Amino acid sequence: MMLGLGSVGLVLLSLAVQSGHGAQDSAVWSREETTERNYYTRYHNMSEITAWMEQMKRENPDVVSSMVYGQTYERRNITLLKIGLSSTGRKKAIWMDCGIHAREWIAPAFCQYFVKEILRTYKTDTKVNEMMKNLDFYITPVLNVDGYIYSWHNESTRLWRKSRSPGTGGCTCYGTDLNRNFYANWGMVGVSTDCCNLFYCGTKALSESEAWAVTDMLGKMREDILAFLTIHSYGQQLLVPYGHPNISAPNHDELMEVGLGAAKAIKAVHRMDYTVGTSPDILYPFSGSSQDFGRLIGIPLSFTFELRDKGKHGFELPEDQIQPTCEEAYAGAHHIITYAHDKVFYSYAATVTATLWTTLLAAWVSSAILL
Amino acid sequence: MTTGVLNPSHYPARRAATVVQHYLNTRYGSPYRWIFLSKVHSGSAEDVAEMRKYQLELTMQETISNVSGQCSAELLFPGGEGQSAPQVQASCEGLLQSNTTAQEEAFYQQHRASNNMVSGTDIPDSYGHMEPNMKPFWHLGGVASSFIMLRESNESTLYNMAQVANFTQLETEKDQLRFNYHVLLHEMISQEIIHWKLLVTWSPEQGVKVLQSELQPKCHDCEAPPNTTN
Repeated sequence: MMLGLGSVGLVLLSLAVQSGHGAQDSAVWSREETTERNYYTRYHNMSEITAWMEQMKRENPDVVSSMVYGQTYERRNITLLKIGLSSTGRKKAIWMDCGIHAREWIAPAFCQYFVKEILRTYKTDTKVNEMMKNLDFYITPVLNVDGYIYSWHNESTRLWRKSRSPGTGGCTCYGTDLNRNFYANWGMVGVSTDCCNLFYCGTKALSESEAWAVTDMLGKMREDILAFLTIHSYGQQLLVPYGHPNISAPNHDELMEVGLGAAKAIKAVHRMDYTVGTSPDILYPFSGSSQDFGRLIGIPLSFTFELRDKGKHGFELPEDQIQPTCEEAYAGAHHIITYAHDKVFYSYAATVTATLWTTLLAAWVSSAILL
Repeated sequence: MTTGVLNPSHYPARRAATVVQHYLNTRYGSPYRWIFLSKVHSGSAEDVAEMRKYQLELTMQETISNVSGQCSAELLFPGGEGQSAPQVQASCEGLLQSNTTAQEEAFYQQHRASNNMVSGTDIPDSYGHMEPNMKPFWHLGGVASSFIMLRESNESTLYNMAQVANFTQLETEKDQLRFNYHVLLHEMISQEIIHWKLLVTWSPEQGVKVLQSELQPKCHDCEAPPNTTN
């Protein structure tokens, strides 16, 4: 029946759908939001980010879906976007989370930018297209939802870091440092047992539902995840595992090499220097981090990004720096993801080719012997 | 404690270099001159008696003019139980090239008379934004904070000013502009936000001085959940 309408009919139909769509959206978006270029140069509160996730799904239904994979202390959903070209088989994955620490607003902004960018380019950029075919991207724009919302409450809460679970055992302060709560040498170094402390690691590993949600998801997917990226600010650093000073990752050299390559890609964008190293070397030692957990369960490439700046603005990075920060961080993430992807998908091809030649050689040798 | 040649990208050199940054701001900072560490080139650390001595080669950048300069610095962190400040010596080439005299003089004359006391809050605000006329007061807050950050620094700290919570101009006295400042410092190694109240003076001739400083207690009772519906 649609064929009978012809192309003019289709154009009219799509125009009607669009204007209806826009009218519905004007209740959700302010006039400024409709310009995509402006949207990604501003910070957005949690309800805006939630609406944006819905918009990403609506506008890209064949490549974007969402999953609620846990609840925060205050019973809010923890949601990720799963982005990739659908396939029949099981796919490899890239994990990215932003906003473990509430005050690091540039991190959720980067997750949003990253999603926007891969959706913008996957049809025209052959590398992004290839990676979208072979991989699924699991992106959590805001992990510490309670903390992020609290940091938007007013100026006095802007610099909140932890979760919003209450202290126990007579300790009246709020919040656990989610990045000390993972089951990765939990409680060993760089933590505090005082619930008022900024590094309070919780009553036990995974006491926080947010950390548990990530752990649960990663546990289900661990064989498939090629790279784990967790986004923070500030300091302009790329951290490699482990946070414990006496433990080295088995592929430390590879992690450093890939990290330095990412830093070089970052610098090429806006000439910003990002330092690469383990946390005990370049920042401070700490255990119980999501990055360490990722590496411990076998994800080979596990990185923490500390985005701009180096202290002049700190957590309150001006909005006019969102775009350049996201551009350089994207280049760094792209470098790591490409490496992770090519290591599996090109080395597989290389292995197949090598196997083929070996088989042919063996056949030639054995046939030569027979002769 | 790391001793000998330091890796420029590792934390011991970076923390010591940031102390040099604070020192340079106490000496040369103004509403139109604010210096930041750009790069650590090389460094070494040694134990000298009870103290820790650092030598560093650095690039510093004046953040308003973007002029960079090479600096050589020597620091002594006192050992033992006392909480005394590190001692710093530094010489820089090319860093102070920018001519700030005209701007400083205009700013000084503008605010010197008592008929319009200026004040401000939340600089920068949550979005990193500030009104252009607040910028020199932000710089001044950063420079004044450097006195405290320098004094409080040791090998286990890394200080930056997070925000000017508020400032109020007071009557000019002895030709010095005077301000009450409430600043938030971010200490990276503990991740704490530390509140200080400062009595700050400035003139183009005398530079920035901090006459009084008062640590504000951390407010644990402020942490009860408000009605957050967002």
